[in-house]
Amino acid sequence: MKNRAFLILALALTFGTHPLKPRGSEPSELSPGSATAAQLLAPNFSLTDLSGKKLDLAAYRGKVVLLNFWATWCGPCRTEIPRLIGLQDKYRSKGLEIVGISLDDDAKPVRAFYQQLKMNYPVAMGDANLAERYGGILGLPVSFVIGCDGRIYTRHTGQADVSLIEREIMPLLQRVGCTQGNTGD
Amino acid sequence: MKFTWSRSLFTSIILILWVCLFLMSAGGRGSSGISPSAPTSGELKATGQSGEAGPWLIQPADLVSILKSAKGPRPLLIQVGFHVLYVQAHIPGSEFIGPASSPEAVRQLHKRAAALPRTQSIVLYCGCCPWSECPNVRPAYKELSAMGFKNLKILHISRNFGEDWVGKSYPVAKGK
Repeated sequence: MKNRAFLILALALTFGTHPLKPRGSEPSELSPGSATAAQLLAPNFSLTDLSGKKLDLAAYRGKVVLLNFWATWCGPCRTEIPRLIGLQDKYRSKGLEIVGISLDDDAKPVRAFYQQLKMNYPVAMGDANLAERYGGILGLPVSFVIGCDGRIYTRHTGQADVSLIEREIMPLLQRVGCTQGNTGD
Repeated sequence: MKFTWSRSLFTSIILILWVCLFLMSAGGRGSSGISPSAPTSGELKATGQSGEAGPWLIQPADLVSILKSAKGPRPLLIQVGFHVLYVQAHIPGSEFIGPASSPEAVRQLHKRAAALPRTQSIVLYCGCCPWSECPNVRPAYKELSAMGFKNLKILHISRNFGEDWVGKSYPVAKGK
């Protein structure tokens, strides 16, 4: 009896106090269809991209938008951008548009990086005002998945898991409103 | 008899397993990589990932205690991250230098610190990215160390300034 009690205690201590506990998935802070997500309309902005063209978020209504805040000196950003370029290539004809907002202090390195990586989506320079309108960008990178209805469905803080983003955008691309007008390039 | 022997063996195995796991967990929580000299890139990475203390690190809660305490002089707080982050939120009283991954910001830091006594307590922080990925705190630390500052710490921000400082309701100021 004593032995059994000791055994139970040992098991409890072994598995109850062990630090290797799952930390939980962190990137998605809002889930598609959640009550909070349903209320968040992506704040509109009108900027000029690196090539001098107007970049107006409202013009993307009807498309699924991946809005990515980044900077050239940010390691995780530099790692995820080639994956985002691949994602843009794969889903452009289905209605996905990636928009990059650089939070570098200077546009010069951003232009060089843009050309070096042959980025296939528009990038504009952001500021603190825009960052605050998106709830504060207090660390990089941060990405938002915005549906065809202009609402924010998920926010990813830190380097995004592109396969997770892919799983999130697929159902959004299938929605009525998204499918209209996206017949391929 | 055989049953008793099997049970004893089983108990012993569980005990050994438990002791091993307990020692592993204690080792994980400890700070095996502490070095009195300036942290290398590897040390900064290893330390940051498991979140322990090192002589060059100060944890956010500890800094908050120092800032709230009326005793002793306040450390000089220097933000070596990006400007948009500083404008949105920074530690009250901290000075903006710029991302120390750029030589320009390092020069700026050097200029700012040049006239300070080498006994000055300084805390550097960034919070742009997860600790192991931050390109800014290490060059800043290296520069000030080379200048002879001994009372130098880096604020350990494990994920980003938003989650590890603002999200914990620690004191924040906004603006340029």
